[in-house]
Amino acid sequence: MAAEVAVATISAPHDYLPIIVQLIVVLAFVGGTILATHFLGPKRKSKAKLDPFECGIEIHGNARTPFSIKYFLVAILFVLFDVEIIFMYPWAVNFKENLSVGFEAGMNNFIQMSIFLGVVLLGFIYVIKKGVLKWD
Amino acid sequence: MLLYLFYILSAITVGCALLTIFSKNPVYSVLFVIATFFSIAGHFILLNAQFLAIVQVIVYAGAIMVLFLTVLMYLNLNKSVESSKPLLIKIAAMVSGGLLFLVLIASFKSGLSIAPTSVRGDAGLIKNLGNTLFTEYLFPFEATAVLFLSTMAGAITLTRKK
Repeated sequence: MAAEVAVATISAPHDYLPIIVQLIVVLAFVGGTILATHFLGPKRKSKAKLDPFECGIEIHGNARTPFSIKYFLVAILFVLFDVEIIFMYPWAVNFKENLSVGFEAGMNNFIQMSIFLGVVLLGFIYVIKKGVLKWD
Repeated sequence: MLLYLFYILSAITVGCALLTIFSKNPVYSVLFVIATFFSIAGHFILLNAQFLAIVQVIVYAGAIMVLFLTVLMYLNLNKSVESSKPLLIKIAAMVSGGLLFLVLIASFKSGLSIAPTSVRGDAGLIKNLGNTLFTEYLFPFEATAVLFLSTMAGAITLTRKK
């Protein structure tokens, strides 16, 4: 319990104890149900039962067929803009306080973010102009 | 209590990291990396860095591992035989791995020397993190935007139809 000495903050690690309890409950439930069905249910294994089925249609081909590279582009763009949004949280939390310090400090903070967003927006315009998000 | 939690979490982290390396199926490897990232998020919470924990879950376990899985699906996983690499590549991998290890040790050493003054119990909370990011580390933050830009341009030029 050494960590409690540090600071009397609003949030401390032990505030997250309910999440751990929930995690344990979820894992126990999932594991328990899987084990229970494994032991309780009857097992009848036949060719038709073990087949993967696609809405009753006969399966054809391999699941690992090559597909369009566009999905990769969308995925990597998602990661980039995701991280961009993440950077806005620590900025937004401090923004009001900086504004209350004075107009100068608030404007400064605003410009800092504007440069960042401007550069990323440039990339976004580039992406749109290149037609990456078009799907035909 | 916290100490026991730390030990349990560390065991899960190291175990999942080892399983990542040792599993033959690359998809299982990615799933174990996700488990590792989640337990690292737990470590962040133990260090009272809640924002970093959330970022760890959203960005690493969420976005980046989705990207990894997508990339895995582009690889031809039908043949499971792994060809043995030539000696030169093995040596190159050893050298680069060793260099990374050196950098890690160096960063830990410099981190320890400044630890008594700069590490506080609430250093990882979002407000303090933002304050530091937008004053002391403003330039790296703005440079990240350029990094994003180059990543977008790079990904598009690499995958564009000729």
